[in-house]
Amino acid sequence: MTRHSISPRKLLPLISFSVLLIATFALQERAMSYLGLNLLFNLTIPIALATIGQLLIIMVNDIDLSVGAFVSLVACIVSTLLVQHPWLGWLALAGLVLAYAALGALIHRFDLPAIVVTLGMSFIWGGLALVIMPAPGGTSPEWLRALMTVKPPLAPMAVVAALLIAAAAHLLIMRSGIGTVLRGLGGNSRSVARAGWRLSGLYALTYGLAGVFGVLAGLTLVGLYTSSGASVASSYTLLSIAGVILGGGEFIGGRVSPIGAVLGALTLSLAGSLLAFMHISPDWQIGAQGAVLILVLAARLLFTRREALL
Amino acid sequence: MNTPQPVEAVVALRGVHKQFGAVRAIDGIDLALAPGECVGLVGHNGAGKSTLVNLINGTLKPSQGEIDSHVTRGGRGSAIRSVFQELSLCPNLSAAENLRIAHPTLKGLGWRRRAGAEIRTSLDQVFPGHGIDTDARVDTLSIAQRQMIEIAIGFAPRGGQARLVILDEPTSSLDAGIAEQLLAHVERFCAEGGTVVFISHMLGEIFRVASRIVVMQDGRVVAERESAGFDRDSLVDAMGHVAQHAPSGEQRRHAEGSAPAGAASETVIEDAAGLSARRGEIVGLAGLAGHGQAEALAKLYFAGTSGWRAPRKPRMAFVAGDRGRDGVLPLWSILRNLSLSVLPAGARRGAVDRRAEATLGREWQQRIGIRSDDLGNPITSLSGGNQQKVLFARALASSAPIVVMDDPMRGVDVGTKQEVYALIRAEADAGRTFLWYSTETEEVCQCDRVFVFRDGKISAELSGAEISEERILAASFEMQEN
Repeated sequence: MTRHSISPRKLLPLISFSVLLIATFALQERAMSYLGLNLLFNLTIPIALATIGQLLIIMVNDIDLSVGAFVSLVACIVSTLLVQHPWLGWLALAGLVLAYAALGALIHRFDLPAIVVTLGMSFIWGGLALVIMPAPGGTSPEWLRALMTVKPPLAPMAVVAALLIAAAAHLLIMRSGIGTVLRGLGGNSRSVARAGWRLSGLYALTYGLAGVFGVLAGLTLVGLYTSSGASVASSYTLLSIAGVILGGGEFIGGRVSPIGAVLGALTLSLAGSLLAFMHISPDWQIGAQGAVLILVLAARLLFTRREALL
Repeated sequence: MNTPQPVEAVVALRGVHKQFGAVRAIDGIDLALAPGECVGLVGHNGAGKSTLVNLINGTLKPSQGEIDSHVTRGGRGSAIRSVFQELSLCPNLSAAENLRIAHPTLKGLGWRRRAGAEIRTSLDQVFPGHGIDTDARVDTLSIAQRQMIEIAIGFAPRGGQARLVILDEPTSSLDAGIAEQLLAHVERFCAEGGTVVFISHMLGEIFRVASRIVVMQDGRVVAERESAGFDRDSLVDAMGHVAQHAPSGEQRRHAEGSAPAGAASETVIEDAAGLSARRGEIVGLAGLAGHGQAEALAKLYFAGTSGWRAPRKPRMAFVAGDRGRDGVLPLWSILRNLSLSVLPAGARRGAVDRRAEATLGREWQQRIGIRSDDLGNPITSLSGGNQQKVLFARALASSAPIVVMDDPMRGVDVGTKQEVYALIRAEADAGRTFLWYSTETEEVCQCDRVFVFRDGKISAELSGAEISEERILAASFEMQEN
């Protein structure tokens, strides 16, 4: 890595995560165990995956307001169709990814505001989910349940999964050639077009990848919950955006960090657990997550100012 | 084998026309670029240079005529490379990553290492001793370093070989030493059989590297000679044309017999950069677009008007050229758009005096000729020229003694222009001061005094009979060699 990657601003996601983790351990030392860590971060895995999906969209200067509804729809398909008719289920999931890709091409081709299109799509995904599953229920496919409850040696599944997601996303987005081109799309799409790339194809690829991560989020969610409902993941939209920003990403300019985003998702769920350990009502949870977000952003602003002065 | 000609052109344009709607950007150009030559391309703003570049590199298709090339043209892997004046790297990526975007064959494991090596080799060739960190994100580098990376990417092999490199104002952000390295590399590159199209406003550089100079004007090639066939004066002559017939402000004023804004009247504006204006004077800001005129106006205007409260008697009023960005309020009616500047003056106890506003609207509708039955209609119902008139009325209706105009005639038809010239002249005679930035020489010739800008600084001050297209052009282009 170059010396540029070790500015305090870049370390901020790690610092804020560590601060919350230490506070949690101080309040509840039983969390500092194999089982405790798993409980603490278990439900973060699907959020982390959805956050990477959101990060891909934010990376190309768009925003996806349909993540929550989309993951809910995937969860509904997984807990019903995929259990009863596996082939049909996989086909439906593949269709959803293609729909996402088509959406990306459409948004770019007609220069539509992504915020409006995805907001509209969230109602369509939500409606489809209700049609498939009018009331919560369903089951998880056996293999999925087995996968999500596996007990690896050394570290619990939640931690291993978080590391895997971070590593895979980092390789795909930051290190691979095509990931670099996609980041370039957010930095200066005209320059990418001038180099001879077809932009619609690149936008379709970006959205398609985001769809893949959305599907993975829905799969892991069902594996953990063993059931689902039409609005099981509705909080993911805002959590994923907050995770990307907490992780050092910016809304404009293709400046994102996948490792930071995974840390951001973990930080947000820690903020919730911390409140529980402090015996504060869960009603305050959303507010506390908001407070963490504002604190970290304020710290980032201070670092940015100082870097600008240097 | 099959070509009888001694040298086959890298790119040949035959009878090429390019139209954007009703605008003829390129109006019949024949041009052949041979291997080993460096063609200097010069012309004033809007002469069609950028369109020509985009036709040559394959970004645009000609409306008429044909373009032949025996090298890969357009798309990834193009042997024709363009380096643009405005920086066109991805700022969130490193130099090596930017090369990846323009490189068709950089794939597989270890591509970063190979990309880094290729961009470093290219940088070393063009700018020996550059000291640029090719793994640093581009937005952490200086403007000059970014420009150097862009040039290096242009000359890099990128899985093939650069046959034609088009450099559009490549030295505008480089200092003299680095620019000299580039010129030396251009000569080397041409000596090895490469072709370069070099666009610059630094005529010294053009004479230094170009083997042939092509002069463009109004989408046509008006002169094309070996560079030895030009000297500085004849080159500036070849670029100029417009409006020798249009009388200058001074001449017109003499013809009309009114008193010129003499040196006797008081100076109302003076800034550190040397810009000044007297009462009742029309001062022009000229030069090539983007050389600091708009910035100078904005600085002056904001320094004179910023504050928490809108004063009842404003010192300056502003006429925007970019209507959509900083002029028109698209959701408001014509009248509201017009009366915006006089609201503080016409207000009674904090409320707008609707009757006075309506009277003002009618008065200005007649004076400036806004073509609409009802000023309550939305401003967007008007044509561009009429919208611009509303913006003029907005500024002139205020009591401000100074009016700042940022290229206000953009997209305005000839008839409206004449009406507005007359209005400005009348207002100036009544004691108002105008600061007028324009990219059109014809408009600048309406002024009493002209400041020509180059590279963000004033390069010449012309007044009265000195104001001519030749003088302005000569001051817009760099004359000394570095």
